[in-house]
Amino acid sequence: MGAQLRVYRQKIKAAQTTKKITRAMELISASRIQKAQARVAASGPYSRAVTRAVSAVATFSNVDHILTTEPPKIERAAVLLFTSDRGLAGAFSTNVVREANELTTLLRSQGKEVVYYLVGRKAAAYFAFRKRAAEEIWTGGTEKPEFETAQKIGQTIVAKFIQPASEGGVDEIHVVYNRFVSVVTQVPEVVRLLPLEVVEGVETPGENEILPLYEFEPEVGDVLDALLPVYIESRIFNAMLQSAASEHAARQKAMKSASDNADKLITNYTRLANNARQAEITQQISEIVGGADALSVKN
Amino acid sequence: MAELQVTVVSADQSVWSGAASMVVARTTEGEIGILAGHEPLLAILAAGEVRITDPRGTVVRAKADDGFLSVEHDTVTIVARYAELATA
Repeated sequence: MGAQLRVYRQKIKAAQTTKKITRAMELISASRIQKAQARVAASGPYSRAVTRAVSAVATFSNVDHILTTEPPKIERAAVLLFTSDRGLAGAFSTNVVREANELTTLLRSQGKEVVYYLVGRKAAAYFAFRKRAAEEIWTGGTEKPEFETAQKIGQTIVAKFIQPASEGGVDEIHVVYNRFVSVVTQVPEVVRLLPLEVVEGVETPGENEILPLYEFEPEVGDVLDALLPVYIESRIFNAMLQSAASEHAARQKAMKSASDNADKLITNYTRLANNARQAEITQQISEIVGGADALSVKN
Repeated sequence: MAELQVTVVSADQSVWSGAASMVVARTTEGEIGILAGHEPLLAILAAGEVRITDPRGTVVRAKADDGFLSVEHDTVTIVARYAELATA
């Protein structure tokens, strides 16, 4: 077998092995998207109820609370990034990081200091490589988020938010995550969690509907105190679930194009290998014929 | 008699929903009973049991930890981080 032919055969084999892996990953992701989507949907009622309650308190009470009032000067802003633990998901994590960098530039131009909270090994690696400081990092389980993790993150963030800025607390909290729109589209999104601004999914009352005047038990302030962490947790959990669903979708897409690409490589290399084999045969024939000719002339 | 629409939700799923004639829950201030026509309310729940009496008189018990209760327009929402139906 000629050297050229052997090289092509090796390349074909390599592409075939890669294809097997990428195909398997594609199928795994495809089956997990459904589950992740179902979890996003299942957490819907909770986050809707929490959001509704928060907007009710925020709208129908005129108490001054840290949750609803904007501090006169924002010194420090926290940015919470949701990335994946593993790669091979196309631009999934890169999108979030890029979006966060843009946000950072914007916040710095407003004279705010930016501190980072990272979720996912990819963000951690990005920050470690660039020797950038991160306040806290949570890794593991981005593919299948647990509510406990959301709670832990929530507690940390809320504690920082309540702390005054002069003691190292933050005045503003932003989250950056991939929102799951559909299997083919995931949009990196930046949302300011605190102080509350436009709350996603707030039900605005119709023209004739009178919004209820709430009675609070025990007190408005206490209710807000209790709602604040719950609200933050539910938003964080929602972001984690969306991010997980997006991760699977992004990975499926990336792996599908990788498999397609491997297919293309195999076809091309097979053609080249056939060419090389044919060339070899042709050469051998002409050598035999040439040799026979030479012999017959001598006689 | 008017009915209440009750939903019990936990962080990762909707636990129970349906019509009810009365809801009894334990708030941080003490037990509270809610009938149709109750004024809009937002209360913090203490750990404990929520009893929902459906129109036929059957009682559904649910454990709700760490959450709150909201009432408006005869719609009762019980929101808890962890909630599950108690097996009676």
